[in-house]
Amino acid sequence: MARYLGIRALQSVVTLVLSSIVVFLGVRALPGDPARALAGEEATPETLAAIRADLGLDDPLPQQYLAFLGQVLRGDLGTSVRTGQPVTELVAATLPVTLWLSLGALLVAIVVGIGAGVVAAVHRGRWPEWVANGFTLVALSVPSFWLGILAILYLAVGLGWFPASGFVPLREDPLRWAYHLVLPSLVLGTALAAVVMRQTRASMITALSTDYVRTARAKGMPRGKVLTRFALRNSLIVVVTIVGLQLGGLISGAVVTERIFGLPGFGKLTLDSVFTRDYPVVQAVVIVVTAAYVLINLAVDVLYSVINPRIRVGGSQA
Amino acid sequence: MTSTPVDPPVGGPPPPPTTPGSEADLGSRRGRVVRELLGNPLGLVGGGLLLLVVLVAVLAPLITAYSPTEVDFDLPFQKPLTEGYPLGTDDLGRDVWTRIAYGARASLLVGLIAVGLAVAVGTPLGLAAGWWGWLDAIVSRLTDLMLAFPFLVIAVGLAAINGASLTGAAVALGISQVPTMVRVVRAETIRVKQLEFVTAARSLDASSGRILAQHVLPNTASTIIVQATVIMPVAVIGEAILSFLGLGIQPPTPSLGIMLSDAQQYIFRAPSAAIFPGVAIAVICLGFNLFGDALRDALDPTSRR
Repeated sequence: MARYLGIRALQSVVTLVLSSIVVFLGVRALPGDPARALAGEEATPETLAAIRADLGLDDPLPQQYLAFLGQVLRGDLGTSVRTGQPVTELVAATLPVTLWLSLGALLVAIVVGIGAGVVAAVHRGRWPEWVANGFTLVALSVPSFWLGILAILYLAVGLGWFPASGFVPLREDPLRWAYHLVLPSLVLGTALAAVVMRQTRASMITALSTDYVRTARAKGMPRGKVLTRFALRNSLIVVVTIVGLQLGGLISGAVVTERIFGLPGFGKLTLDSVFTRDYPVVQAVVIVVTAAYVLINLAVDVLYSVINPRIRVGGSQA
Repeated sequence: MTSTPVDPPVGGPPPPPTTPGSEADLGSRRGRVVRELLGNPLGLVGGGLLLLVVLVAVLAPLITAYSPTEVDFDLPFQKPLTEGYPLGTDDLGRDVWTRIAYGARASLLVGLIAVGLAVAVGTPLGLAAGWWGWLDAIVSRLTDLMLAFPFLVIAVGLAAINGASLTGAAVALGISQVPTMVRVVRAETIRVKQLEFVTAARSLDASSGRILAQHVLPNTASTIIVQATVIMPVAVIGEAILSFLGLGIQPPTPSLGIMLSDAQQYIFRAPSAAIFPGVAIAVICLGFNLFGDALRDALDPTSRR
C-alpha cells in the first residue's frame, strides 16, 4: 500500500514538473516583448536592456525555468498587469467561489447519479430504468450552459424561486450563500450526474449478478444490506474513477456556469485575464488548474486504493 | 462516457489463425452489423437525426433564404412562424433558422477536426503503448500530462497566443480527447496482441510495424469508430461553450454558441432566440449519442441488452 502510494505520488510530481515546463514554454510563446510592455513604447534600448537583465530574460532557458519554478513554489505568481494586484491575492479571492460551486455540483452528481443508478439497476427492465436512461441521454446531449439560461429564464425569473445571479460569501450570510449556489450547482452537476448514473447502473447490474451477492442473499441477508454492503461498495470503485476523470470537465464547466450566473469566481478571473491579455494572470490560472487537476487525481487514486485494496501499481488499470 | 471500455472480442470467436480477417469473414460481419443497426429503433432514430443534421449543414445555402450575417434593422425580434422567418429573427434582424443551419456546419466542422486530431495522434500512441511494453510508461506519463490540461485551459492558452478562432477551438478539443483515445486503443492492442493470428504472424517473422498495420489496426478499428462517436458530441458541446465564452469562433461568423451568448442579452425580449440554438445542439448530440450507443451494441455482441 505504502509502496503503491509512493509510486503514485512520484508520478504526480513528474506530471506536475512536465506541465510546469509546458506552461513555461507556452508563456515564452506569447506574442510581445515583456520588457517593452513594462518600459513602454518610447523606452531607449539601454532601458530595455536593463529591464531584460533585471527580469533575467537574457539568461539561458533552463536557468529562466528554474527561476520561474522557484517563484511559483514560493507562492509568487507575479503581478496583474491590469489591476496591479499580486496574482496570488486575485486567485485567493476568486477560488473559494469556484470551489463551492464545484462541490455543490459534485454533491448533485453523486446524490442524483448514484441514487438513480441504483434504482435503475434494481428495477431493471421496468419504468424506473427507462426514466433514468432517458434522463442520462438528455442530460448528456444538452449543453449545461443552455440549461443554465433556461433555468434563469423559467425558474429564477419566471417562477422567482431562485436568484438569477450573484454570490454571497459564506461568512456574510450562510443561508443566502446556499440559496445563491443551488441553481448553478444543479446546472453544473446535471451532466456529471448522468455520467455517474450510467456507470453506477452498469456496475450495479454486474455486481448484482455475481456469486457473492447471490450467496449473501441465500444466507438470508436482507436485500438492502446486500445492496449497500456488497453490490454498491464494489460498484463505487468504477464510479470514483469516472468522477475523477470528469473533474477536468467540471473545471471547464464551472467557468461557463460562473459566466451565466454572474459568479465572481475563478472562471471570471480566467476569462477577464484572457480578454485583457493579462498574461501573468493567464499563466497563474493555467498553473492553478493543472496543479489542482493532478492533485485531485492523486486523491482519487488514493481513495480508489482505500475502497479496493486489490489495486496496485502495474495492475491491469495502470 | 470516458470509461476505459472493457473490450470483449470483436465479432464473436477469434478468426482462424490462417485467415485473419479474410474477405468472406469481413463481409459476413459487416452484414451482421448493418442488420443489427437496422433492428435497433433507438439507433435508427439517432441515425435519422444525424442524417437530418448533415443534410441541413451541407445544404445550408440551398435551404435558407438569407445570408447568415445579413443584418436587417427593420425586422429585429420577429416571433417564430413570422412570414419568411420560420424561427424568427435576432436583435439585428438576422434569420435564426439561417444562422442555425450555418452554425450546425461550424459545429460539425469543429467536431470532425477534433475527432481527426484525436484519432491521428491517439491511435499510433495507443498502438505503440500496447505493443511495446517499455513505451507504455512513457506514453502513460504523456497522457497524464495532457489530461492535466482541461480543454478550456488549452483553449485559453491557444487564444492567448494566437487569438481565438475556430481552428484553435477544434485543436484544443482534439488534444483534450487524445488521452482517452490512447487508452482505448492501448487496451484493444493489448487484447489483440495475445490472439493466435498475431502469434502466427510473428512466427512467420513479420515485422512489428507490419503486424500492427495489417493485423492489429484493423481489429481495433471498430473501437476507434465507437470512440469517435463519443468524441463528436463532446466536441460539438465544447465548441458551443468556447464560442459562447468568446474563445472559439468569432462573430459575425455564425456558431450555435455565439447565438446563445447573444441571445442571453435580450432573453426576456425574445426567449425563442435562446431556445432554438440550444435545441439544435441537443439534436446533434442526441443523434451522435443514440447512434454511437447502437453502433457499440452492434459491433460488440456482449454488450447487447
